[in-house]
Amino acid sequence: MGVAAVLDAVAGFCLLGGALLSLAAGVGLLRFPDLLSRMHAATKPQVLGLLLILTGTAIRIGTVVDITTLVLVGVFQLITAPVAAHMVGRAAYRAGLVRRELLLTDELAAARGREP
Amino acid sequence: MAGTRDRLVAVAALTVVWMLLWGSFSWLTLFGGLLVSVLVLAVFPLPRVTFAGRLRPVGLLRFAVRFVVDLWVASFQLAWTALAGRRAPRSAVLALRLAVRSDLNLTMCAEAVSLVPGSLIVDLDRAAGVLYVHVFDVAGPADVARFRREVRGIERRIIGAVGSDAEIAVVEIAAAQIGDEGGSR
Amino acid sequence: MIVVAVIAAVFLAAAAGMTLVRIVRGPSTLDRIVAMDVLLAITVCAIAAEAAYSRDATGLPILLGLSLLGAVGSVAVARFADPAPRSGPGRPASRKSGTAEGGS
Repeated sequence: MGVAAVLDAVAGFCLLGGALLSLAAGVGLLRFPDLLSRMHAATKPQVLGLLLILTGTAIRIGTVVDITTLVLVGVFQLITAPVAAHMVGRAAYRAGLVRRELLLTDELAAARGREP
Repeated sequence: MAGTRDRLVAVAALTVVWMLLWGSFSWLTLFGGLLVSVLVLAVFPLPRVTFAGRLRPVGLLRFAVRFVVDLWVASFQLAWTALAGRRAPRSAVLALRLAVRSDLNLTMCAEAVSLVPGSLIVDLDRAAGVLYVHVFDVAGPADVARFRREVRGIERRIIGAVGSDAEIAVVEIAAAQIGDEGGSR
Repeated sequence: MIVVAVIAAVFLAAAAGMTLVRIVRGPSTLDRIVAMDVLLAITVCAIAAEAAYSRDATGLPILLGLSLLGAVGSVAVARFADPAPRSGPGRPASRKSGTAEGGS
């Protein structure tokens, strides 16, 4: 009885944490000033938020078949999310959607500037 | 010989995914997985990814623990900035040169760096092994230097987890040469 | 558990709403793509949270598909939004430059 209650509490904590990170991502998406900053906000629900909620789900459901599915969901997400982020970030930089006045230094511009 | 080893690693990885998909660890899923992965690799051959090193459990654990800690810290820092920050946060685009230039190391470092919130791969130079990273919420040169150290630490831990002896030697030499500051070497 | 479920649902719904605002406001295609990605992640979170609340695993295979294919759409669009997909990031330059040379 005690163990079940503790597990439920941990699962609830995980679910709330994931939901809170998603909420913060939504706020960041609205408030941050430029595209690349918003992409940083976007990483949270895609990585830690999702992992927390998947952990909570695994604890609540607790059968081997479903836990392996959840593990795979997490792994696939961790592999594919950076690919998409990199492609979008690269396109954003090359399309000139970076707000230069917010940048402290830009070593990529220096490298590209030297390009013949 | 190296090609055979790479293929074996790929078959093993695909078999693990197959067994996880079925959600049962029995002889049936094991042999079914082996059959399917051999078929898949025969029909859709992968580009050659050389896995030169070997798995080191201690290094892997060290990397995983540190990665999870970084993930938590960075996520909640960023969440705090989003919810309570008042000024428009500054950023920086940094060039980070890796000590080991293999494709696998480049890929894994890029994945690890961009999975942690607050840093994002904008571009990369495969031939020279340089990552161009957009770092969020940078206040000054101190933050820049700290971030360079962090990425070097990530590379060291990745190489320590999956690298070969030669790669570990390269990373250690580079770490000894870098000393305090500057990311160009 | 019902309290947790309600709070999580409110958080996720608010997040999805703000993401929708960003999708509508733009201003660029890439902003919308990033917001779409977040919306997808929130959807995955919501389906998983529902499964956790009801202890019912019916929806989990959907998550596999979403997590595998979610990136494909944004990669495709980013490819089109990139003005010069062929030019390198400065490969010849960084090889010649003195600051970046060395370290093997």
